[in-house]
Amino acid sequence: MQARKKLDFWNSCALIILLLFGIFLVYPMFGLLKESVYVNGSFSMDAFSRFFHKSYYYSTIFNSFKIAFSVMVFSLLLGIPFSYFYTFYDLKGRKILFVLCLLSTMSAPFIGAYAWVLLLGNNGLLTNILKAMGISGISIYGFGGIVFVQTLKLFPLVVIYMNGAFRDIDSSLMEAAESMGCKGIQRFFRVLMTLTMPTILAAALLVFMRSFADFGTPLLIGRGCMTFPVLIYNEYLGENGADYHFAAAISVIAVLVTGIIFLIQKLATSKFKFTMSAMHPIQIKKPAGATSVLMHFFCYLVIAISMLPQVYIIYMSFRKYNNSILLPGYSMVNYEKALQKNLFRATGNTLVISFVTLAIIVVLAVFIAYLVVRKGNFISHLIDTISMMPYIMPGAVVGIALVIAFSKKPFCIAGTLLIMIIALAIRRLPFTSRSATATMMKISPSIEEAAISLGASKLAAFSKITVPMMSSGVISGAVLSWVSIITEMSSGVILYNNKTITLTLGTYVAINNGVYGVAAAFASVTTLLTVICLVIYLKFTKLEDVQM
Amino acid sequence: MSVAITIKHAEKKYGDNTVIQDLSLTIRNGELFTLLGPSGCGKTTLLRMIAGFNSIEGGDFYFNDKRINDMDPGKRNIGMVFQNYAIFPNMTVRKNVEFGLKTRKIPQAEINEEVDKVLQLVHVDQYADRMPDHLSGGQQQRVALARALVIRPDVLLMDEPLSNLDAKLRVEMRTVVKEIQRNVGITTVYVTHDQEEAMAISDRIAVMKDGAIHQCGRPQDIYMRPLDLFVATFIGKSNLLDGTLSCTSGKPELVFKDGYRVVVPKLDPAKAKEMDVRVSCRPVELRIVEDGLGDGIHAEIEDSVFLGLNTHYFVKLDTGERAEIVQESDVESILPPKTKILLSVNTKKINVFDAKSGFSIMQGVKNNLEG
Repeated sequence: MQARKKLDFWNSCALIILLLFGIFLVYPMFGLLKESVYVNGSFSMDAFSRFFHKSYYYSTIFNSFKIAFSVMVFSLLLGIPFSYFYTFYDLKGRKILFVLCLLSTMSAPFIGAYAWVLLLGNNGLLTNILKAMGISGISIYGFGGIVFVQTLKLFPLVVIYMNGAFRDIDSSLMEAAESMGCKGIQRFFRVLMTLTMPTILAAALLVFMRSFADFGTPLLIGRGCMTFPVLIYNEYLGENGADYHFAAAISVIAVLVTGIIFLIQKLATSKFKFTMSAMHPIQIKKPAGATSVLMHFFCYLVIAISMLPQVYIIYMSFRKYNNSILLPGYSMVNYEKALQKNLFRATGNTLVISFVTLAIIVVLAVFIAYLVVRKGNFISHLIDTISMMPYIMPGAVVGIALVIAFSKKPFCIAGTLLIMIIALAIRRLPFTSRSATATMMKISPSIEEAAISLGASKLAAFSKITVPMMSSGVISGAVLSWVSIITEMSSGVILYNNKTITLTLGTYVAINNGVYGVAAAFASVTTLLTVICLVIYLKFTKLEDVQM
Repeated sequence: MSVAITIKHAEKKYGDNTVIQDLSLTIRNGELFTLLGPSGCGKTTLLRMIAGFNSIEGGDFYFNDKRINDMDPGKRNIGMVFQNYAIFPNMTVRKNVEFGLKTRKIPQAEINEEVDKVLQLVHVDQYADRMPDHLSGGQQQRVALARALVIRPDVLLMDEPLSNLDAKLRVEMRTVVKEIQRNVGITTVYVTHDQEEAMAISDRIAVMKDGAIHQCGRPQDIYMRPLDLFVATFIGKSNLLDGTLSCTSGKPELVFKDGYRVVVPKLDPAKAKEMDVRVSCRPVELRIVEDGLGDGIHAEIEDSVFLGLNTHYFVKLDTGERAEIVQESDVESILPPKTKILLSVNTKKINVFDAKSGFSIMQGVKNNLEG
């Protein structure tokens, strides 16, 4: 009887999830691998040898690596102090700071880059001002520019992560350190940093991966500093027609590289394994004197610089343009043009794709979390492992794998909204399922048993008790997923067509066609959507609960 | 409707590891029955088998005549109180308490009435609309109890319910638990590792170790006449001294290691023969006789602790054994360390065990697994 019951609901769930993974994740990945080593039906490693023989190709790895590493370091340097000031001190307008923080990380990946081009490009606003002051040589293009733009976009992730970690620290730990004579800066490094090391590593990895996989920024402002994802895209849509074979090979290399980084991070994290929960969370202090001024200055300056591009884009969207020529004065012409260029369709597609994707990943994440935490058997561990696979797959790789797998029978869905949804679900699942699993871990099994002992069925206990208890954690993970879905670019750029165009891709197309005003209009609508969702989200959740 | 619980030859396995083997027990209708033992002894495992949260690998579990082995926990009509209370954090006190009634599809008017009644019973009616995180540990405990009781369960199961409370509250709450259990008259299985708590509230206690019940009986039975050495040392504080039983003079005499001989009146004649024994003496059953004023075991005071009503002496016997003695505090001074003393024993109350098997050889040992 007991054994038969184990084959019930949860095992069927596990099997269904496994089947979905098999079709939409494992099958495309194998397709990608096959494509990379087969030419015209015979085994060949020529794509790999071609890659490693030309510095034009393999130098992209080093470029990407250098950029990702620098962005990671700078993001930590900005994010950790920011988060420390924010979490431990009652800064003026701290709510606004946090919201702006969220906003700046939520902007579409290349909108920031594009705005910086307008500000610091060859004919940018700031460039001209600096020139007038006699300063030249400052440019947004190349390595430095990519690092600058990506850091400003990615450091808020560190802030959000660290805020969660800092809030888990029990104030008695800080007091204990102080009682042993460890204070101030020393305490910050010896106690706070070591206590939050797992989170620091996790945030570092996240920033690294995002930067490594970012496609929009280096594409727009790379100028000779070509990165891996850009190379994949160029080869995929090469001038000599699509070279699936070579693009697949580069994708495989990309996955290997990110996979290695992921393992290194895992190894590092395993050295810091401990759990904490704050019975007495740290009290927020009022800062005083010069430190207070410095803290405020630091936080507001950083946020102002990160928000500058978004504000400027919105401003530019109301400027008068004649195609790519900027004219004096203001107008709505950009929006009129954008409407002719599928603004409605793009907005509709974006909304449909984001909501459907979000529903899928939230449901999957909740079930995966339950299976992993409560039913620690082989299948659930397998699911857990597979669900983390996309974590190390840059968006462009996901896009190419799906195109290769689903352009032919039996699954002919290339060029549909469905394939975009699948790509995004794959991309976002690891994040949402991680946060759901973490939330699930905190829920004691006896809570469900209590419900069952009171007569609820197992399913009712799950849906009435466990799911609501998970909801705050899952929602906060989901809201960030939602925004990254809206602003997704790297997989979409490979999968989209005129019918399935989204807002970010619309922006990209407009920039490519040189109609900068229209691009600004698309970008502004994207930002507006982001703000709306953030506002809705904040209505329903406590600000402090924003965690990933 | 409260029920009797009968367990026959219960067996619990985790993989190849057998945790409980061939355990049989009957718990009477309406009794407060405690499973007591050190951590890892299987007491919680057994409780969870009764609740239905652990699978049963062998044997039969009955509520009255109904076999419950394959019944879902939700169908067993149990009320359970968890060690961490397991209060639903996303619901108010009232919603928590009415949860069980709602799953039973009882009309709301009736639910409200029942909930009000039970909240009053456990004295948390004034917090009905609070969220659980605004309650103290003791209040959460009461809510957990109310939530378990409101469904009028056949059996109340409590898994170390007081272990998360501070000492003072623990003492207070155990009185509350006992009182409510008496008032409701419900069969209760209570798990704890705290022997004092067990004695204070139980009608009957089963002392467990390594998945087996060593002794089962009323608190005074297992305290006064423990069945084996484990029970003797686990229940209350006991000094263990080595000795032999000598039957040379016809009547069996207990001979301590240093030669002090006494006659123990309550030895079981069927078991008392020449053998090595271990003697368990409660600290109050050892009496200090000042040197030269009679017969006794030779010892020396090592240290003392004055606790108001009583004074505890820590002594070292000449044989090297150590013992703790509790005496009513004297008006005169406390004996200083290094004082030579003699120890006499209260022969009526000490317990003598077969040194080899560890089992008691006293009369009046009760092991009542049948209820």
